[in-house]
Amino acid sequence: MTAGFLAQYGSQIASLTIEHLWLTAAAMLFASGLAIPAAIALTRFPRWAKPALALTNILQTIPSLAMFGFLLPLPWLGDRAARIAIVALTAYALLPILRNTYAGIRGIDPAVIEVARAMGLTDWQLLVKVELPLATPFILAGLRTAAVTCVGIATIAAAVGAGGLGELIFRGVASVDNRLVLAGAIPAALLALAADAALGLLERWRKVPTQ
Amino acid sequence: MSESVEFRNVSFATSEGRLLLDGISFKLKEGSTTAILGRSGSGKTTLLRTVNLMRDPTGGEVLVQGENVRSKDLIDLRRSIGYVIQEAGLFPHFTVERNVGLLLEALGRPKEERGCRSAELLIAVGLDPEAFAHRFPHQLSGGQRQRVGLARALAAQPQILLMDEPFGALDPVTRAEMQQMLRGLLDRFKTTVLLVTHDLDEALYLADRIVFLSDGRLVADLAPEDFLRSEAPEIQAYVRVFRRGEMRARQGASR
Repeated sequence: MTAGFLAQYGSQIASLTIEHLWLTAAAMLFASGLAIPAAIALTRFPRWAKPALALTNILQTIPSLAMFGFLLPLPWLGDRAARIAIVALTAYALLPILRNTYAGIRGIDPAVIEVARAMGLTDWQLLVKVELPLATPFILAGLRTAAVTCVGIATIAAAVGAGGLGELIFRGVASVDNRLVLAGAIPAALLALAADAALGLLERWRKVPTQ
Repeated sequence: MSESVEFRNVSFATSEGRLLLDGISFKLKEGSTTAILGRSGSGKTTLLRTVNLMRDPTGGEVLVQGENVRSKDLIDLRRSIGYVIQEAGLFPHFTVERNVGLLLEALGRPKEERGCRSAELLIAVGLDPEAFAHRFPHQLSGGQRQRVGLARALAAQPQILLMDEPFGALDPVTRAEMQQMLRGLLDRFKTTVLLVTHDLDEALYLADRIVFLSDGRLVADLAPEDFLRSEAPEIQAYVRVFRRGEMRARQGASR
């Protein structure tokens, strides 16, 4: 990549990276807000866990290009393509967060839960003092998977005109310009690695000591 | 002395209709220790758990201080009853001090009070607070974990202590030490204790009364000295098993 190329596209790469980050972050926020409470509810009604996980699983298997295409005609999305992208990305982030939060809470030593209940903790105290702290490493692992997936899929969002680094990639493919493809792909890969590393660190820090 | 806990015709059937408890009635005197003895599957744990409503009996009633446990507030009821289980069930993400003080924390007591109470209880169960207060459960031996579990159960000065095979997973020498420590504590605190065990020696050493269950039915409710003399075939069989090794060794020595 030449200095001239960077001079020409540098500011655009920067603004598209920020756009990319914003799409991903917004989707992660919505997905966490939906999936973590939903997973907690499922631990209270485990009968619903299987169908709920199956549903998010199905969402996960929809090819991303098709997902963006499906969402395109929905009227309530308004005219901003970014909203479509955020909805689609949220759908992809749901499964890893839901599955890990559910498994993290259900996987807690039953003796610990039994004692917590028997000593008279309220449901809320049980949740915030025992279940969530013990499940945190699992929840973080789920967030990590979701974040990496979202950063990757967000490149497709450019197909519906939502912007992000995918725009450079699509433009590069259309004009057979590998430099443009890389100008989109490399920052996207770096974003994914950064998200993975940051959440990985957090996960290790929150890990509960065991024998 | 008044009754601390009373079982009145308590039954429990699973949702599949299997009867785990069949019309159990007996009383615990205030400040006494009662051992529930019996084979695995005889209903010991189920009966113990009806007191703090971890199991809701399907028939009969359980009274604590003369009042049906169901008419009490569930959270208040459980907070007034200590609970110790074989696996200890310590919170792995909390230090020993916070484990012991968690109920006081849930009750909204100040941090200072929790620290003091925790240190006091650790001393009572034979652990040096200086050395142990800031350790995590995974840094403790099995016996130490049980001690912390016991300290935690006593944190809010419960009138009643439920113990489910508390020393079942420990080696015989550690177990004997723990039993001795518990005896000392019980003499001091005057707590009413219901102890589930299948260790005859433990029941004889710790209990004022021994309740024997078989297939969910109450076979006997006896003082330890009468228990060994009981003519009930289930009890005789149980006692015999415990002496089998000793008998064989003695016969071998005389041969």
